[in-house]
Amino acid sequence: MSTPLLEIENLRVTFPTPRGDIDVVRGVSFTLGRERLGIVGESGSGKSMTGRSILKLIRAPGRVSADRLNFDGIDLRNRSERQMRAIRGARISMVMQDPKFSLNPVMTIGEQIAEALLTHKRLPRREVGERVLAMLESVRIADPERVAKLYPHEVSGGMGQRVMIAMMLIPEPDLLIADEPTSALDVSVQSQVLDIIDEQIKRKGMGLIFISHDLNLVSSYCDRILVMNTGEVVEECRAGELQNATHPYTRGLIASIPRLNETRDELPVLDRSAWASK
Amino acid sequence: MATSLRAWLVDDSPSSRLQARLGRAWRIAGALSRNPLAVVGTVIILALVLTAIFAPLLATHDPLKQDLTQRLLAPSAANWMGTDELGRDIWSRVVYGARITLVIVTMVAVLAAPAGLIIGALAGYFGGWPDRILMGITDIFLSLPKLILALALVAALGPGIENAVIAIAITTWPGYARIARAETLTFKNSEFIAAIRLQGASSLRVVLGHVLPLCTSSMIVRVTLDMAGIILTAAGLGFIGLGAQPPLPEWGAMIARGRSFILDQWWVATMPGFAIIVVSLGFCFLGDGLRDVLDPKSGEQH
Amino acid sequence: MAFEPDTAAASVVAGTAKPVGSGKHKRFLLALAGFVLTLAFTFLGLLAITFFIGRIVPIDPVLAVVGDRAPKAVYEAARIEMGLDRPLIVQFFNYIGSVLSGDLGTSVSTGKLVADDLKRVFPATLEMATIGIIVGVLLGVPMGVYAASRQGNLVDQAIRVVGLLGYAVPAFWLGLVGLAVFYARLKWVGGPGRVDIFYDGLVQPVTGLILIDSLIAGERDIFFNALWHLALPASVLGFFSLAYIARMTRSFMLDQLAQEYVTTARVKGVPERLVIWRHAFRPILVPLITVIGLSYAGLLEGSVMIETIFSWPGIGNYLTTALLNADMNAVLGSTLVIGAVFIGINKLSDVLYRVLDPRAR
Repeated sequence: MSTPLLEIENLRVTFPTPRGDIDVVRGVSFTLGRERLGIVGESGSGKSMTGRSILKLIRAPGRVSADRLNFDGIDLRNRSERQMRAIRGARISMVMQDPKFSLNPVMTIGEQIAEALLTHKRLPRREVGERVLAMLESVRIADPERVAKLYPHEVSGGMGQRVMIAMMLIPEPDLLIADEPTSALDVSVQSQVLDIIDEQIKRKGMGLIFISHDLNLVSSYCDRILVMNTGEVVEECRAGELQNATHPYTRGLIASIPRLNETRDELPVLDRSAWASK
Repeated sequence: MATSLRAWLVDDSPSSRLQARLGRAWRIAGALSRNPLAVVGTVIILALVLTAIFAPLLATHDPLKQDLTQRLLAPSAANWMGTDELGRDIWSRVVYGARITLVIVTMVAVLAAPAGLIIGALAGYFGGWPDRILMGITDIFLSLPKLILALALVAALGPGIENAVIAIAITTWPGYARIARAETLTFKNSEFIAAIRLQGASSLRVVLGHVLPLCTSSMIVRVTLDMAGIILTAAGLGFIGLGAQPPLPEWGAMIARGRSFILDQWWVATMPGFAIIVVSLGFCFLGDGLRDVLDPKSGEQH
Repeated sequence: MAFEPDTAAASVVAGTAKPVGSGKHKRFLLALAGFVLTLAFTFLGLLAITFFIGRIVPIDPVLAVVGDRAPKAVYEAARIEMGLDRPLIVQFFNYIGSVLSGDLGTSVSTGKLVADDLKRVFPATLEMATIGIIVGVLLGVPMGVYAASRQGNLVDQAIRVVGLLGYAVPAFWLGLVGLAVFYARLKWVGGPGRVDIFYDGLVQPVTGLILIDSLIAGERDIFFNALWHLALPASVLGFFSLAYIARMTRSFMLDQLAQEYVTTARVKGVPERLVIWRHAFRPILVPLITVIGLSYAGLLEGSVMIETIFSWPGIGNYLTTALLNADMNAVLGSTLVIGAVFIGINKLSDVLYRVLDPRAR
């Protein structure tokens, strides 16, 4: 592995409030190759903000700063909005949480996928149509011609999320950020959606940042894991070595996962006093 | 002393109802003071009230005294806003006009808001047929053009301030009824209302003592935002000649009189217009600010 | 504010409609029936109110017919003939019957049938309000979109203030000042009236809309002269409409720009211009139609206030003249017509909302 796909050093996301600035991401650093990196944390831990700041999509008045924010050798920090647009979608893209909200309700599915492609490439209309259908097929949609003509509210959540994945992968990016891609879905379709993401990643050799609150899921799905708490990375390890985690927060999280073959009277709750005082 | 008073006001666990109320008022005032437009609005409304109270002190002339030798004078040091076609000082008339405007908006608010509040709360609390009938009537009024309705009513009742107030009140209550009903519905099935009922409180007591007070904050916001409209309608009635009657210095009627001189003596018609705009804007600013503080969920689309 | 339709209906923001499954037709028919029913009830309410107003007038309608000095017997006979001895409810049904058959009584001031008068004056108001709403939409929508996309900057603040001014400025005053400045001083626009005096009555009324009639007659001079005269009153109305439309557009757009699918579009790398117009604006088209409908209805109502200023021979002028002459038949007739049109546009935009939203289709 020569240069890593993504290098981040001391990333901060700051929001001004009436009572002074608040950092929601506080000095996060990591590097990513063409691998699957999981970022775990509870809500409010800054994991989604970390994902969005890579795309520089933090809404004003929020600010992003970092000592280093390199993607494939490009310094993202000094990219203009216009230059970022050439990167978004085409080279880095993001699957968001809930297709009910993340797909445009008044555009057909086909239109929305085609738009992702046409934003970055000029192609003849026929080819666009063919590629949209092929892409839909590759996310295991059986009847792509029909689905392409539907509006988002006319499909199920699982199908919506597959549409989302198709839309984000059709320009063939190098890095995919998946922000809780299965949290809004029924358990029964979760693994199917994960399989599809995995299959696509492997086939195209992309990097993946998988953001989730589900420690179990992440440890079984990713190569490497970052655990985040209150805006900081508290633990970084290979997925297989999670049991050896050292930080009390991570240990607390692991301890509170219920197991099938156990008989505990009470699941332990996170005791924050161990690290909150630091 | 000042800091201990402040600490008493922002205390998280007030020891008396008075302290809780004053604390809440303090917090609202604090939030308002951070919104520049709301501050401007408050200043304007205060100025309106003070002008109305101290009109005799602020006026430089008798607002009704005619002096035909001093007709249609341009604004000057002696007549700050000039004089009208009967030689009356426009500044003094505008100052006294503040009283009329204040009386009109206060009367409309006093008549329409409680009426709407009670009708809406009753409809929401009892539901079923009373709700359908009351809201049916409310909806009919809501879908009628307000200004035309007010005009027709005044035409029937006869011109004058009292009738203008009645007509405007008749056209404004339905909006309040809608709000009160919506608020009541959200509270109706809550635990604390059930608790009060279990204590044996009568329906009337529940509505008057517990439901209505909860509607007041959204009501205050709506009434403040409606004030500008009420002022404009009243001025419109005055302009057409159906509102306050001469020689009363009502702003709309003053504009109507200045109409014939608009080309050469522009100040006669324009000055009262500015007064209307400033006061209406004041209520809009304050209402916007109050909504952000008291009723943030309703957003821009009140 | 005279131009501010009640915004209750406009606050139906995108996203309330639920997808329709099976039984589409049945639900459509039910909705249609419900719509017709509420429409009928609202019209009935309007009639009840005008009827009621007609009864509380302190003018005795019988005296108006027979004269002050009529003997008691004649007075009584006239009273019975007019149906005024019958119970109120019967009188009300008679009133509904006569209104439905197009009989609104005779105007005391013009001496003609109120219905005929209204037919003559209404197109002038319609023409002015229509040009007004066109001005309002063409300026208000882009202003609102722009303000929302640059939330907080100076232009946004300015547009917000314009929006509030729409609440605070009396229409009749703005018309008056406009006349003084743009007509008398600057001579940019035509003065009061629909056309210059020497053009008056030259065009055969076909539609009653002078812009169209003059084109039909091939009178280009009159067409441009009419446009010249329309410019100011329509702009005044347009100002109130644009203030309202810009404010609502801004608020709808702010809602939209915070939506997750707008972020999706940005993630795809879609240029900001398209993010705004294709992704954020398209979903608000439907609620915007409701807003425009409300604003149009508001302008028809608001024209009452400014027609006298511009000596515009429309329904507003007719109504105010009638008001001053205590010509109750004309007053109630005008109220009824404006009210009916107002209700009609209101409800129509409500229906359009339901029909056009793809989520409800």
